[in-house]
Amino acid sequence: MSTEQEQRTIRCLVAKVGLDGHDRGAHVIARAFRDAGFEVIYSGLHKSPDEIVQAAVQEDVDVLGISILSGAHDTLVPKIVDGLKEYDAFEDTLVLVGGIVPEEDREELYELGVSEIFGPGASMQETIDFVRENAPDR
Amino acid sequence: MSGDESLIDELLAGKHRALARVITKIENRSPGYRDLVSQLHEHTGHAQVIGITGSPGAGKSTLVDKMAATYRERGETVGVIAIDPSSPFTGGAVLGDRIRMASNVGDMDVFFRSMSARGSLGGLSTATTDAVKALDAFGKDRIIVETVGAGQNEVDIVRTADTVAVLVPPGSGDDVQMLKAGILEIADVFVVNKADVDGADRTVKELREMIHMRDASPMAGHHGAGAVEGEASDGGKDDDERQPPIVETVAKTGEGVEEFLEVLADHVRWLEETGELQAQARQRYAAEIRTLLREDSAALIEEELDARGGLDAYIEAVTAKETDPYSVVDEIISPVAECVRKKRDD
Repeated sequence: MSTEQEQRTIRCLVAKVGLDGHDRGAHVIARAFRDAGFEVIYSGLHKSPDEIVQAAVQEDVDVLGISILSGAHDTLVPKIVDGLKEYDAFEDTLVLVGGIVPEEDREELYELGVSEIFGPGASMQETIDFVRENAPDR
Repeated sequence: MSGDESLIDELLAGKHRALARVITKIENRSPGYRDLVSQLHEHTGHAQVIGITGSPGAGKSTLVDKMAATYRERGETVGVIAIDPSSPFTGGAVLGDRIRMASNVGDMDVFFRSMSARGSLGGLSTATTDAVKALDAFGKDRIIVETVGAGQNEVDIVRTADTVAVLVPPGSGDDVQMLKAGILEIADVFVVNKADVDGADRTVKELREMIHMRDASPMAGHHGAGAVEGEASDGGKDDDERQPPIVETVAKTGEGVEEFLEVLADHVRWLEETGELQAQARQRYAAEIRTLLREDSAALIEEELDARGGLDAYIEAVTAKETDPYSVVDEIISPVAECVRKKRDD
């Protein structure tokens, strides 16, 4: 029956955590995701890790894209990951980080469970393709 | 299947993740979602459902945020479903209302869920109705459904609510706008939000005139079948011909929100006293059954069409004037109708 045919749409939360006040990049990626046919929830600026976790859980997103330019990724990302685990939401959420992440910090984020880090040179298409290929199969 | 059953148990036990996942399955129409919704049904009917609609920029999200905060202060739990349009070209959407839920961040007892229209005709209202059921079964005291009041589809959605509030921003047009058909007709309550803005008084006045005119018309009253039952208790004629109140709010500051919630509570009391609440529920179930019937029979016909090799050959034949659309439909439907009638007689 067509009413039971699955209409799978990839849902993404584009999140700005912490104090950095620049969200041009987040807007650009939100729009690119929208144009790729994804449903995008944008968090707005200056969110705490708790708020991001709340949004990710309630919205049941496939993808959580955390945009950080402030350098606080090593304190904020672990808090988000822990929060997702608390709600059993970590296993099937693809966690991405975008922004400025120094080379020496990357390994730590990958070990935490971040799937990919997109720095300043990353292309939109690359990011979209990565999401399409790696969005969790539920 | 057993996975889905434990999902319902977890939802009923108050696990947010399970609630979120059930709504996703409903939205995606994942295999088995119908069983899920069927199981939810017996646990529903406790929440007050409020529909909020109005033009873009009327301040719906900000008002919803303040409503949720006020309910929470009273110790009640809240579910919010906010619907945003999706792109007709890519199906993509930016669901931006969550940003305005500033008063309730970090409070899991406000469960806010964004939904996109996903370009579907009719399907959206089914999905929304089902998502409301999930929140209701979860145990939310108040459920708010928020949508842009742009067309028929949105009107259908807010009709899933016990009370429909239509936001009218000041200066939203002259009195001809007030005469036009559409969302103004479905309001149980009018909210003139941004009441601190110039022109708010005039908007209130225009609304009042419009309501007055509507009352004078022979078609007045949108209570349908329920109104007939209600008339038995005569002497309460004023009660039956309820006029939608006009509330003024400034959602940004929270001004007028308490009064607005009081008006909503009044409306529910009125619905209960007149028996309208039950009548409404029956109408909703009737509409729901009809919608599902339509969807399923459409799917069945689609299946039949596929089995006959699809639409293209028929289009060719019609274009070549070998047949016509009515004959085509007759050819496809007749055997189906025959089967159904035979089955019924057996």
